[in-house]
Amino acid sequence: MKTVEEIKAAIEAAVPGAGVEMVLNPSASGQHSLRMTPDHAVEVAGFLRDDAELALDFLSNVTGVDWPDKEVAEKVKVTRTVTKTVDGVEQAVEETVEESRKHVVPGCLEVVYHLYSIEKKHGPVVLRMKTVNRTDQVELPSLTSIWRSAEFQEREIFDLYGIVFTGHPDLRRILMWEGFKDHPMRRDYVEPDDFEYEPTAHDEVLARARAHKAAVAEQEGTVAGQ
Amino acid sequence: MAVDEGLKIELGKQGVFVTTIEELYNWGRRSSVWPMNFGLACCAIEMIATTMARYDLARFGAEVFRPSPRQADLMIVSGTVTKKMAPQVVRLYNQMPEPRYVIAMGACAISGGPFKQGYNVLKGIDRYIPVDVHIPGCPPRPEALLDAFIMLQKKMDAQPLTGEGRPRFLDAAAQGEFPVPVPGEHDLEPSSNQGVWTVPVVIR
Repeated sequence: MKTVEEIKAAIEAAVPGAGVEMVLNPSASGQHSLRMTPDHAVEVAGFLRDDAELALDFLSNVTGVDWPDKEVAEKVKVTRTVTKTVDGVEQAVEETVEESRKHVVPGCLEVVYHLYSIEKKHGPVVLRMKTVNRTDQVELPSLTSIWRSAEFQEREIFDLYGIVFTGHPDLRRILMWEGFKDHPMRRDYVEPDDFEYEPTAHDEVLARARAHKAAVAEQEGTVAGQ
Repeated sequence: MAVDEGLKIELGKQGVFVTTIEELYNWGRRSSVWPMNFGLACCAIEMIATTMARYDLARFGAEVFRPSPRQADLMIVSGTVTKKMAPQVVRLYNQMPEPRYVIAMGACAISGGPFKQGYNVLKGIDRYIPVDVHIPGCPPRPEALLDAFIMLQKKMDAQPLTGEGRPRFLDAAAQGEFPVPVPGEHDLEPSSNQGVWTVPVVIR
């Protein structure tokens, strides 16, 4: 099979301005992936399926990834003028200080497609796509028109991660019920507090069971039992 | 009124059969329990095995699995009850005529099992409907289901027809219909039926 670099070059030759980006995997498996831009995704996917040499006719798996907002602390060297008393005389002295600054890297949602070729017996080719953020701009193009098997898996990702697939024929929740508001696979999902009975609690469950008991005790105005 | 066992045997030798209405009635009930034909997950495979020739649940009078709740006496909750499925399970239970009994089969049905901490699995069906026998195991072996079934038969046999401890269908004041939980925005509402299930006290 072609290497990721060759596939990228082939895509760029076939779909001008596709903007495909390589995401290298530094581990021993070396399973590199290609990140598509949402604008050209359907064209790129169509090319990968129909190209005689690649013939990626089988979409094996679609999954999602949640990248939460990340706070990054960096140390920056800052030079500033400070008034200091040197030998009894006040002087303006330049001083270099290390300062740690924090800034937030905005998160996003990502969808991952694993492709194989039944005809050529090769694969996988890993495709990715990112949303702009994880709150209001979560639309990505659906690839159901290229691979029919994407339909249910994209519905599952819509259900569990909240990515909205534009052009999907039937975008409804598939695992959770209609009227459910959350997306359980997101990192910031808060489970319902049903930790009232945990006979063999430990670790995180124990902490949550205790928190539940404390909350109930506070509501009832009693002291929490053991 | 209890009949003296020795006298009963002696009379039996003379061709006289002595019994009570209660005994006869309960014998009839426990010997023709018709389970409902439904399964939720892998425990159902063991339940099917129990009904087949090797384990043969029919020996205990439960050979007729009814595909309709209207004709069933026993609900074997065999498998994981997801929060999406729980309202349907309660609704099926409501549709069964009295007398009706429930066996919660396997770790999932009694507590949520390995999925207990998941967002989508009910932490035991006993939160919504009264369960008569709980069977632990993942999945329980057919012998365990047979044991639970015999335990249920003993329970039926011991039920008096009048007074305290009589079955629900002979008690006009007893609750007949159980509220079906509604899928809400974050969880089932309510998260348990307080009339059926109260938080057990954990003694450590």
